[in-house]
Amino acid sequence: MATQQGGGSDFINNLGKIYGLYTGGFAAFVILLALLEQVGVPDQYLGFMFVGFTIVVYAMIGILSRTMQVSEYYVAGRTVPAFYNGMATAADWMSGASFLAMAGTLYLLGYDGLAFVLGWTGGYVLVAVLIAPYLRKFGAYTVPDFLAARFGGNLARFLGIIVLLAASFTYVVAQIRGTGLIAERFLGIPYDIGVFVGIAGILLCSMLGGMRAVTWTQVAQYIVLIVAYLLPVVIMSAQRTGVPIPQLMYGEALQAITSLEQSMVANGLAEAGTVKEHLQPYQTYDPVNFFALIFCLMIGTASLPHVLMRYFTTPSVREARRSVGWSLLFIFILYFTAPAYAAFGKWEVYENVIGKGLADLPEWVYIWGSAGKVKICGAAAASLEAVQQACAGKEVVGLADFSIAKDVVVMATPEIAGLPFVITGLVGAGGLAAALSTADGLLLAMANALSHDIYYKMLDPNAPTGRRLVMARIILFGVAILGAFTATLAPPDILKLVAWAFSLAAAGNFPALCLGIWWKRCTTQGAIAGMIAGFGVTLAYLIYTAAPPLGFANPPIFGIANISAGIFGLPVGFIVMILVSKMTPEPSAEMQKLVDDVRRPKGEVIAHGGAEAKQ
Amino acid sequence: MADANEEAWWAKTKGLMYICLAIWAVFGYIIHLFVGPLNNIVIFGFPLGFYMAAQGSLIVFVVLIFLYSYRQDAIDRAHGVAEED
Repeated sequence: MATQQGGGSDFINNLGKIYGLYTGGFAAFVILLALLEQVGVPDQYLGFMFVGFTIVVYAMIGILSRTMQVSEYYVAGRTVPAFYNGMATAADWMSGASFLAMAGTLYLLGYDGLAFVLGWTGGYVLVAVLIAPYLRKFGAYTVPDFLAARFGGNLARFLGIIVLLAASFTYVVAQIRGTGLIAERFLGIPYDIGVFVGIAGILLCSMLGGMRAVTWTQVAQYIVLIVAYLLPVVIMSAQRTGVPIPQLMYGEALQAITSLEQSMVANGLAEAGTVKEHLQPYQTYDPVNFFALIFCLMIGTASLPHVLMRYFTTPSVREARRSVGWSLLFIFILYFTAPAYAAFGKWEVYENVIGKGLADLPEWVYIWGSAGKVKICGAAAASLEAVQQACAGKEVVGLADFSIAKDVVVMATPEIAGLPFVITGLVGAGGLAAALSTADGLLLAMANALSHDIYYKMLDPNAPTGRRLVMARIILFGVAILGAFTATLAPPDILKLVAWAFSLAAAGNFPALCLGIWWKRCTTQGAIAGMIAGFGVTLAYLIYTAAPPLGFANPPIFGIANISAGIFGLPVGFIVMILVSKMTPEPSAEMQKLVDDVRRPKGEVIAHGGAEAKQ
Repeated sequence: MADANEEAWWAKTKGLMYICLAIWAVFGYIIHLFVGPLNNIVIFGFPLGFYMAAQGSLIVFVVLIFLYSYRQDAIDRAHGVAEED
């Protein structure tokens, strides 16, 4: 054990060198594939090498990080420096959908789509200021672990687990589905098999080393995903504006879009009033829903267990705080680039597709049309003949004739910019890294809650270390397989549940975490009543308004959209928690001391009798 | 540890928390209420209202968290409740 720990700290001291080499190696690999493409290696082999090589590297990191120590398995031994934990959190946080579909959402919604950009970043301020440093000091292995210690044991723990599973399971199914789709596209294997290839990759990364392995693979995955995200749009910006900094230069694209929007109506390409102006607010959401959505996404971010648990791994409270800053910086790099993607993509479409003769469409339209991702006149734009047939009688493409799938705005950029296939392969590897890293984090959050909270704390508190770690892996495997079966067998409607995760997590967890730390007077009864009420109201509203088969499709109350259901649940949760706390006797002196200890950075971790260091 | 010291430390910690949440609320919500008028100001092709939602507020959030972590650490050290280095 001593040598293993010595090896661990050697590893920590050399992180810069190790990940520097890794990044250099990855760059060399991309250049090698670019050369192979030039000498005529077919695209499908290149795609196969991209996906295969990156999965093998992630799996190797996972295997090298294997461990048989409890604190290594659950919290990476609390040795992850702030900077690297920031990268890992960024990869954990940014899903396959953030990578592939965020820019497309902004393309479709314009200004209103920025609610997602704001909501998914601003929540980190709450994580840093209100929650993460205190949970780190407490020293929990899971979020329900803290709720149990602060709110009188297993009932609070159980509620925490319900919230965690409700917020994580559909989310992980979406990630697994994403890996299957990418494997299908790049390896040419059927989706169902792709899903199980993805699951195998995920399990190899997480099963042997738990949090420790997931941490170091997520850092590696962040590097791949951010390079893959930036490169195509940087090149596109250089081509279009002469400056390779898309985030600064897309103002030009915005101006071009605005003037093209105006000329479309004048040229008869769009009917007046049908153009959704890119820069104008409130064309999709009304102001109330715009702000309600930002609010729910922010609070949800600060309540999602798979994010909060990343801050359990830092060496100190101080590093946990700083680490939130690094996390948001690394997330920011992607999120402030997404609007640039959207703008450059829209500029291309408005300039080179809308208003063009059917015979003059750019090549990328057909490439993605064949995949069913670009439609013209309502039919997949697979070829010139297909387009001509669908648009019978029309000479030029009008605005209403054209539609593009959300995820193509990023994926088609390499072809729009006329780049070789190797860049498309890189984007695929990036999307895969984003989906895998988020799936890793979510699966571990669920499996850890089941193995640590349910099995160890509730069912078999005397289990020896070895048995606990074996159980942890069996459960992880089971959850992964269940997720994979859901991704292959369940109706696609289940993906709509992903949007519920933020509101459910916000209403279920946030009041209890926030008041548990910041208000000593909050009692066990208050917290339990508040969690049930907040979560219950949110769930009820979701089911009340959702379209069948998920709900009853009732008209929204006060016009609040389904996705922002937390706007009802959160205040209810807070009010019930405060009122019931006031009506019940104040927490014991012992509990108040525990809150003091959680607040004060100095001193040992509190959970597990402070005995963690000795394990 | 003296209780008075600890109380003073917690009062400062709470003060910092309120300041951070106020800045968060301004850049997360309030400034975006003025998107219309702000859009009349255009810098490098970016209407300011759009820019604030796409980049400006995000930059403020990142800087805010780093400043918070340094300020909170200074408060902890001044009151002797910081962890050892």
